[in-house]
Amino acid sequence: MALTREQMAMRVARELQDGYYVNLGIGIPTLVANFIPEGMEVMLQSENGLLGMGPFPTEEEIDADMINAGKQTVTAATGASIFSSAESFAMIRGGHVDLTVLGAFEVDTQGNIASWMIPGKLIKGMGGAMDLVAGADNIIVTMTHASKHGESKLLPKCSLPLTGAGCIRKVLTDLAYLEISNGAFVLKERAPGVSAEEIKEKTAGELVVPDFVPEMSF
Amino acid sequence: MSGFDKVVNSYEEALAGLEDNMTVIAGGFGLCGIPENLIQQIKVMGTKGLTIVSNNCGVDGFGLGVLLEDKQIRKMISSYVGENAMFEKQLLAGELEVELTPQGTLAEKMRAGGAGIPAFYTATGFGTPVAEGKEVREFNGRSYILEESITGDFAIVKGWKADRYGNVIYRDTAQNFNPLAATAGKITIVEVEEIVEPGKLQPAQIHTPGIYVDRLILGTFEKRIEQRTVRQSG
Repeated sequence: MALTREQMAMRVARELQDGYYVNLGIGIPTLVANFIPEGMEVMLQSENGLLGMGPFPTEEEIDADMINAGKQTVTAATGASIFSSAESFAMIRGGHVDLTVLGAFEVDTQGNIASWMIPGKLIKGMGGAMDLVAGADNIIVTMTHASKHGESKLLPKCSLPLTGAGCIRKVLTDLAYLEISNGAFVLKERAPGVSAEEIKEKTAGELVVPDFVPEMSF
Repeated sequence: MSGFDKVVNSYEEALAGLEDNMTVIAGGFGLCGIPENLIQQIKVMGTKGLTIVSNNCGVDGFGLGVLLEDKQIRKMISSYVGENAMFEKQLLAGELEVELTPQGTLAEKMRAGGAGIPAFYTATGFGTPVAEGKEVREFNGRSYILEESITGDFAIVKGWKADRYGNVIYRDTAQNFNPLAATAGKITIVEVEEIVEPGKLQPAQIHTPGIYVDRLILGTFEKRIEQRTVRQSG
């Protein structure tokens, strides 16, 4: 069975460590905040200038001056700090964020990522994605393994314009957790009940399958 | 009156000197911390052919979106412009030019512009369409592209509190691009919710020192919310 969005978020949450500063992108990455293990302290960075993002406000707490990078109203967590956009991207570009989680359209065996532009469709912009992928050492890309039409999103070479070159090493899809190493995807974990053969079939880029590939459990 | 007193009493006075084809740098992220009354005054003035440097372009009917209604904007330099239908229409019709710039690079372009640094190298955008036509240089085995900084004829900024000398404090995440924009305008105009006498603000708490501010005006703000998200109380 392919992982649900929640299971993908749960799997990513296992990469969190106590004391991590984490930037979560829009979509599945946002859900990771719901699965921070009990007793673990993690601070969420929002690139519009907030380190220590709290939960959504109550009706009474809503404040137009307090939003996240998705332009949603939020609160500040205990111990948060607020700063300018230049400061925010200094901490991102300077490699100070411990973990970045973001979505993508395509990833390839060279660690390239395409996530912002589909030629022929209206281009809204890259927002902070290019800065995030260029600045972070520890990035997890979350996406479905294949498109709705069954086309693999794990490619020998990205076909869409890039968001960043050679910057991705970890990918979690609805079928597998993979790492990129020496110009190939390496299958590290399988979704429950999904065979290595099925993953291989749906991976267009070169896939290395170790002798033993553990199955994820939830 | 002190030579440091930056207060002006009307929005006409605040934006005096703005002319067609100028570059205006605007603070704000989405609709948060936008200089909404200064934008409205530009609409009233009808200034055309503007290049606007701002992370976003407002929404239909609010924020920078209102300047699209009479086609006052010739070019937007932004990181994300997906929130208004009118923007899309004018872009597809070729009436509007857009230069998409990564958000951190945009912030740094303003910061560097205001700090007298003409260009800087960044890894952001290397190997992507953003790098096209830009100088690439390697430092410590990694490739970086040369990005030029930005200054504006005017900068329009939304602050929370200021003293009459133009020392400004921002409120919460309404800070965003505002302090960067404030440094990068030949003429910087700040609109705020409260103006106090000099000495009333803690010097070490000032985000934008008055040296960057040319004109200061007291405004009232709608502060529209783009994505109203709540949790259940209790």
